[in-house]
Amino acid sequence: MSAPPPFRHAALGEAKLAALILLLAPLGWLVADIVLERLGANPVETVLHRTGDWALRILLLTLAVTPLRRATGWQWPLRFRRMLGLVSFAYALLHALTWLVLDRGLIWKEVVGDVLERPYVTLGFGAFALLLPLALTSTRGMMRRLGRHWQRLHRAIYVAAALAVLHYAWLAKVERPEPIVYGVILLALLLARLPLRWRTTPVGA
Amino acid sequence: MPRPCTGRIAPSEITPEAVWTHRRAFLRFALAAGAGLALPDVAFAEEEKLPAAIRDLVPSKLGKELERTSREAFTTYNNFVELGPDKETPAKNAHLLRVRPWTIRVDGECESPGEIGIEDILGGFPQEERVYRFRCVETWAAVVPWAGVPLRDFLARFKPTSRAKYVAFQSVHDAQNLPGQRRAVLPWPYVEGLRIDEATHPLTLLATGCYGRELPGQNGAPVRLVVPWKYGFKSAKSLVRITLTDKRPATTWERLQPEEYGFYANVNPTVDHPRWSQKRERPLGGGLLAGRRPTLMYNGYEAEVAGLYAGMDLARHF
Repeated sequence: MSAPPPFRHAALGEAKLAALILLLAPLGWLVADIVLERLGANPVETVLHRTGDWALRILLLTLAVTPLRRATGWQWPLRFRRMLGLVSFAYALLHALTWLVLDRGLIWKEVVGDVLERPYVTLGFGAFALLLPLALTSTRGMMRRLGRHWQRLHRAIYVAAALAVLHYAWLAKVERPEPIVYGVILLALLLARLPLRWRTTPVGA
Repeated sequence: MPRPCTGRIAPSEITPEAVWTHRRAFLRFALAAGAGLALPDVAFAEEEKLPAAIRDLVPSKLGKELERTSREAFTTYNNFVELGPDKETPAKNAHLLRVRPWTIRVDGECESPGEIGIEDILGGFPQEERVYRFRCVETWAAVVPWAGVPLRDFLARFKPTSRAKYVAFQSVHDAQNLPGQRRAVLPWPYVEGLRIDEATHPLTLLATGCYGRELPGQNGAPVRLVVPWKYGFKSAKSLVRITLTDKRPATTWERLQPEEYGFYANVNPTVDHPRWSQKRERPLGGGLLAGRRPTLMYNGYEAEVAGLYAGMDLARHF
């Protein structure tokens, strides 16, 4: 791989910084709302909803990278994929901690009971448990060490995304359209991969 | 040439309605803001033209010791799908609910069925203050100072017959004005029901106000049911019809999700919702670190209402 000209490196660095600021803007907004007490009558619920929403939205953005690259031939979206995945995980971590500490009050008996018996908690916990090893193995060093296993491991993101959508749908009331919208987007992103993979598989291979 | 004086005003000279209503709104706002600097509550009360009935309440016997939820919290976090799907939109859309003129039709198994206007409800019955705990099936909770008429006093006027075993409550249906009713998210109109002994229990209230004012639209203006020992969805809002009947009414949530929302819906920490625990509840208006508190059996009204359900399997009749 030939080294790209230095100005391109600089532009990429700036673009990454800008992307990071953009991705963390909802968190900044949330912190501002906490400080200014603008979270409404049920602030814990508001924090849970916002962090959960952004974890899922950014997870779907992460999954949009490959279809976008294939559809356009652009290579640059790939440079943002790790950041997208890690920021999604950061929101998921805040979501899980908010639930554990502020909502359940660290009452472990109830926490364990919820994880085992309440399907929406089980699904959310499952999604988080799958994202955790992906975040831990996201470094270049881990990529090198795991070799071909790395890609296989990171396919868990599809399962995590599906669990996250189901987690939302299970808890939502009948009148809410959001879980269906996220589900349709996820399905579209997954389907966008299939025909291309088949097309690139050599005949008779 | 002088213009002929016809005594009419040219259409161009008439101030368009949109302009003068806007002007009035601005003046009202300016006055309220001016007054509000000194006395915010007074300015607000004047704005809503408090009926005398809600000012001179028979004081509450129960709940004096309870810490009340702030009016701000209880009027900005509402489940009222007719006015919007989430917690914030009902307050924003409250103006779309037209609360005057307003009548309730009372019919079914009674000797003198008929219609009663909201003015006659406010003027014809002594309004009582009732400070009640309020518990939503979603696990949030509040303590609210209501104003209203004991439902049994109201129903007595229509002389229920011995065939009246249940009471059905029907909420407003106005798809033209209420945004949530333009889509069939729920089967409209919203219907709730009580057994006659629940409906005539002294705690059951036909509420006309809260926090010393008329009910805001998002809280079910101008008149709603309040059954303090049951989950909030039983306390139907913006009532237009009350029917005494010999059959158990098919209520909205029970029809929609019978395995999740039972007819009784009594607050009970030992019977969980299929999807979540009912052991703890979260008071509205608390801070981020406030935490949950234990749910009380019958929402704290066990002494008053447990007798209504003696011998019943509460896990089956949830």
